[in-house]
Amino acid sequence: MAKRDSTTTDIELKRTEEPSELLRELVAHLRQNRTQLREEWVVRISETRLLTAMTKEEIFAEATSVYDSYVEALETEAFEALQAYARNLSERIIPRGVETHEVVGIVLLLRDVLARSLFAKYQTDFKKLNRILDAYEPAANRIANTVAVGFVQERERVIRQQQEAIRELSTPVLQVRERLLILPIIGVIDPQRARQLTEQLLRGIRTNRAKVVVIDITGVAAMDVTVANHLVQTVEASRLLGATVIVTGLSPEIAQTLVTIGVDLGKMNTVGDLQGGIEQAERLLGYKVASITEPN
Amino acid sequence: MEVPILKQGAFLIATFQAALSDADLNQLRMGLVQQVVKFRSRAVIVDVTAMDVMDSFASRTLREIAHMIRLRGAETVIVGIQPEVAFAMVQLGLTLEGVATALDLEEGLAYLNEKFKITK
Repeated sequence: MAKRDSTTTDIELKRTEEPSELLRELVAHLRQNRTQLREEWVVRISETRLLTAMTKEEIFAEATSVYDSYVEALETEAFEALQAYARNLSERIIPRGVETHEVVGIVLLLRDVLARSLFAKYQTDFKKLNRILDAYEPAANRIANTVAVGFVQERERVIRQQQEAIRELSTPVLQVRERLLILPIIGVIDPQRARQLTEQLLRGIRTNRAKVVVIDITGVAAMDVTVANHLVQTVEASRLLGATVIVTGLSPEIAQTLVTIGVDLGKMNTVGDLQGGIEQAERLLGYKVASITEPN
Repeated sequence: MEVPILKQGAFLIATFQAALSDADLNQLRMGLVQQVVKFRSRAVIVDVTAMDVMDSFASRTLREIAHMIRLRGAETVIVGIQPEVAFAMVQLGLTLEGVATALDLEEGLAYLNEKFKITK
C-alpha cells in the first residue's frame, strides 16, 4: 500500500477501519452510482462551458472512459497507468483544440461531484465521513495532478515535434550546378537554428565538393548581432573547406547590423539579389551562360 | 612522431597524423622548410584530414609554416579540414587568414596546377 498524507493519527485509524478498507468502500460506492454521478458531472461540464470544441456525444463518450479510469486509479493507485491514459487522451483531444485549463477544470469538477456524493452518503456519521475524506482527498488530488501533468507533457511533446519539423523544413542545402550550392534561408533565425544551418552547410560542402555557396537571406527580416556573427563565422568556416561564400538578399536592416558590428566587408562577398549571386558564382566556377538563338 | 613528407613533382605533400604534440609540430615546421629549399618546391600541401581537433598552437604553427614557405617563394595549401574542426576553429577565431585552403588533396592539387598552369 502506498504512503499517503493523513490528517488523523495512525492510532485512531487502527481502532476502526484500515484506510484500504475505506478506499474499497468508497470505490464500491462510486461504481454503484456510476451512471448517476457521471451524468451529474457531464451536466456540470456543460454548465461551466468547458470543452466547447467537442460535441455532447463526444463529451459523453470521453466522460465515461475518464470516470472509469478515475475510479480505477482510486482503487489501484496505479498512477503510471493513469498518466499513460492521460497522455493518450491528450493526444486525441489536443488536435481538437482542447486547452490545459479545460482539462484541469473537468477533472476538478469530477473530484467535486464525487466528494459531494460522499458527503451525501456519510452525512449522518460525521467521524466516518472524515475518515472517508482522509482516504479520498489525497488520492483525488494526486489524480488531478497526474492528469494535468500528463496533458501538459503531451502538449510539450507536440510543440517540440513541430519545432523540429519547422527546423528541418527550412534549411535545405540545394545543389544547382556542379560545385555550386544554394542555401535559401527563410524566417526567423535563432542561435540554435544558425548553428544547425552552419553544420548542415559544412557537411553539404564536403559531400557535394562545392567550391561556391550562395547564401540567400532575402527571406530573413531581421538578424541580431549574435546571429550576424554566426553568419560571418559560417563564411569563414566554409573558406576553411575551400569554398567561397556569396551572401545575397541583405535587407537594409541587416546591412545596418553588419556594419554596426564592424564586419570586415572585405571578408564577406555580397551581391544584391539571388540572381546576381548565382551569376557571379557561375563566373567564379568558369561557367558562361549564352542564349540559344535560332538563326533566322 | 615524424610526419611523412612526400614529393609530388614541384610540390611537397605533408600528411598530418591524428594527435601531434607541440614538439612534432615544431619539427615539422623546420623539416618542411628544409625540404622546400632542398627540392626547390613551388608549393606545399599540408593534409590535415586526420586531425579531429585543432588547437590554437596547431593553427598558429600552420600559419607560421605558410609564412616561412612564402619567404622561400612557395605557396602553402591546407587541405582536409573537417566540418566539425572548421566550426570549432572559427568559434575560437582561428581563421588561418592569408593561407590558401581546399577541400581535400585532389582539390588542393587542382588549385595548384591551375595556379601554376602546369600542363602534363
